[in-house]
Amino acid sequence: MSEILFIGLSLSSILLLIALGLSITYGAMGVINMAHGELVMIGAYTAVMAGIYLGLNLFLALPLAFLTAGMVGLLIERLVIRRLYGRIIDTLLATWGVAILLQQAIRLEFGLAFFDIHIDGLGPGLQNMAVPAFLTQPFDLGGMTIQPYRTFIIVLTLLLTALTWFLMYRTPLGMQVRAIMRNPQMAAACGIDVRRVSMLTFAYGSGLAGVAGVLLAGFKTVQPDMGSSVVVDGFLVVVVGGVGSLFGTLAAAGLLGQINGIIAVLSNDILARAVVFGVVILLILWKPRGLFSMRTR
Amino acid sequence: MTLDRRKFLKQSSVLGAAAALGPSLYASTARAADEIEVGVLFSLTGGLSIVEKSLADATMMAISEINAAGGVMGKMIKPIMEDGASDPKTYNEKASKLVIRDRVPTVFGSYTSASRKAVLPVFERRKNLYFYPTYYEGFECSKNVVYTGAVPNQQLSNFIPWIINTLGKKKFFIVGSNYIYPREMAKVSKILIEQNGGEWVADEYLELGHSEWGAMVSRIKDSGCDVVLSNVVGDSVVAFYREFKNQGLTHDKLPICATVTSEIEIAAMGAEFAVGSYTSFPYFQAIDTDINGAFIERYRAFVNDGSAVTHHALESSYFQVFLWKQAVEKAGEATPDAIREGVKGQVFDAPNGKVTIDPENLHAYLTPRIAQWGADGQGTIIDEYPDPIQPLPYVAYGETGDDLFCKASGLDTTKL
Repeated sequence: MSEILFIGLSLSSILLLIALGLSITYGAMGVINMAHGELVMIGAYTAVMAGIYLGLNLFLALPLAFLTAGMVGLLIERLVIRRLYGRIIDTLLATWGVAILLQQAIRLEFGLAFFDIHIDGLGPGLQNMAVPAFLTQPFDLGGMTIQPYRTFIIVLTLLLTALTWFLMYRTPLGMQVRAIMRNPQMAAACGIDVRRVSMLTFAYGSGLAGVAGVLLAGFKTVQPDMGSSVVVDGFLVVVVGGVGSLFGTLAAAGLLGQINGIIAVLSNDILARAVVFGVVILLILWKPRGLFSMRTR
Repeated sequence: MTLDRRKFLKQSSVLGAAAALGPSLYASTARAADEIEVGVLFSLTGGLSIVEKSLADATMMAISEINAAGGVMGKMIKPIMEDGASDPKTYNEKASKLVIRDRVPTVFGSYTSASRKAVLPVFERRKNLYFYPTYYEGFECSKNVVYTGAVPNQQLSNFIPWIINTLGKKKFFIVGSNYIYPREMAKVSKILIEQNGGEWVADEYLELGHSEWGAMVSRIKDSGCDVVLSNVVGDSVVAFYREFKNQGLTHDKLPICATVTSEIEIAAMGAEFAVGSYTSFPYFQAIDTDINGAFIERYRAFVNDGSAVTHHALESSYFQVFLWKQAVEKAGEATPDAIREGVKGQVFDAPNGKVTIDPENLHAYLTPRIAQWGADGQGTIIDEYPDPIQPLPYVAYGETGDDLFCKASGLDTTKL
């Protein structure tokens, strides 16, 4: 039984990891960022490239991927999203375009492929990020087999969630973010620099996506379109949890991950996936605003 | 795509401008008497482009080598390259374009069975010819396709008995991606397992591209099996092998024996996750012959990547062009019917050894080999047949060498 729960827990942690960044950018800022998956992908590629060129291991790649994805997110916010606040459908289309651009940039090696220049770690092929050996060797602890890599993901995800909670609820900046979430005009009237805060918030959410990318690279294939499948799961969790609620995201990730894990072990993964989608549909019918919605705008 | 075409044009002397601008527009006017046009149809974009681009490269390399050596009957081969875009419907459209508008006598193409099935009606209705380089599930008998990859009996008939007798493993857990190839492979495997006195404890599938293997590996662990037979395809392979190791399973106690895991997937997962596991293919990059060494070197130079890997479908993509050349020369003319008659019984010394096209079912005689993966990402060939064996596309339904279902006269449906 504990093993089944562990599988569910690790599925939950991955869902949460992806949804965490999204709960900031979508939940807090109302931006449907279709390029979120590509920020995850950029995080993964940062880890691959850092391994090839700088010899950095997974742990050192984490902050680097946070910064890289954060910078890309910052650029996307400044160049595209800033001009489209309040136009939710336009943002969706624009960020989708950005997603395709980012994918192709990696696939075509930033255009250098046209000139017969090949950069190791880029291009259309599958890439591989090395995982330190001690993270792949399971060990026994009190009769239970501990899988270090999964455990590492769970712990790190919880730490990041705690950090995000702290930033949002215990710092002046977080208070400003929450004020903007409730009512941007009123926040601006109170002297909050809405543009600056929004930019930083978006960059932080993007950085979290980058961290998710590094961790995913440890057990998934790294390839240019790895992000597109990921982003669906992310939106699922955020919508079920309730837009703008960090606790809701946590709860939804936990719930959906456990359902998926239990059914996958007892019957099979394909059925588990179908049940998860069924549960999501029922939950949204029952609570259209998500499990823990708050009144906004 | 642009890159390949450009690179190719540099190396051969075909009509550059016409080809680059859009060959179809010029097809009727620019078709010179001293060239033969052929179609090359692989996915250069989309999810499958990772593998299919390497097949297109190998095809183009063979064409440029033939042209550099004087062409076919003194004529240059002019490839018309189309992009299947990882989408069967696009494959069908592009195949129609090549066959109907460009009127090529042969198309080289396809990686997945889905794309082959999508173009099949075009070639059968128009009585054209398709050269298909990939290992596939069999159960097909077309007069309009020449199959140069392995069929199940060439991957499994040595593999399963070897696992049972040499490895001493008797309880199989069969796992695959959920589509036709893994399911047919499982069918053949079960017959062979039972014939050889083994048993299978489970037969499980996950959707193509699935990357969350936690639950499946945990089931493998609890199933009591002593060997895993994997027909998992594509990037799922990477997630599968990684999860396998992360859950503490090792290939020395519970080996994964795979029919699809090739040099490409090993490189993508990191060799340490596959060390000690096995794969069965007629071709491995590790085949230690001069002809293969030279082939790998030429391929790396052609794609301008010193660490590019070669694999079974890639090698078939390469040698099938030479079989086609020999067929045209034997027939004396480049029409689909003449080429089909000419290709029957053709022999070629490919990097994997001698290949022969079976005159009855148009599949290739290939040499089954088993390799164990090492820490360097390369296989060590630990078992191989002394000679190429006959292709039997209907082996799952009782086909034997003495009782062929698929003959030159067509498929004998009464035997199914």
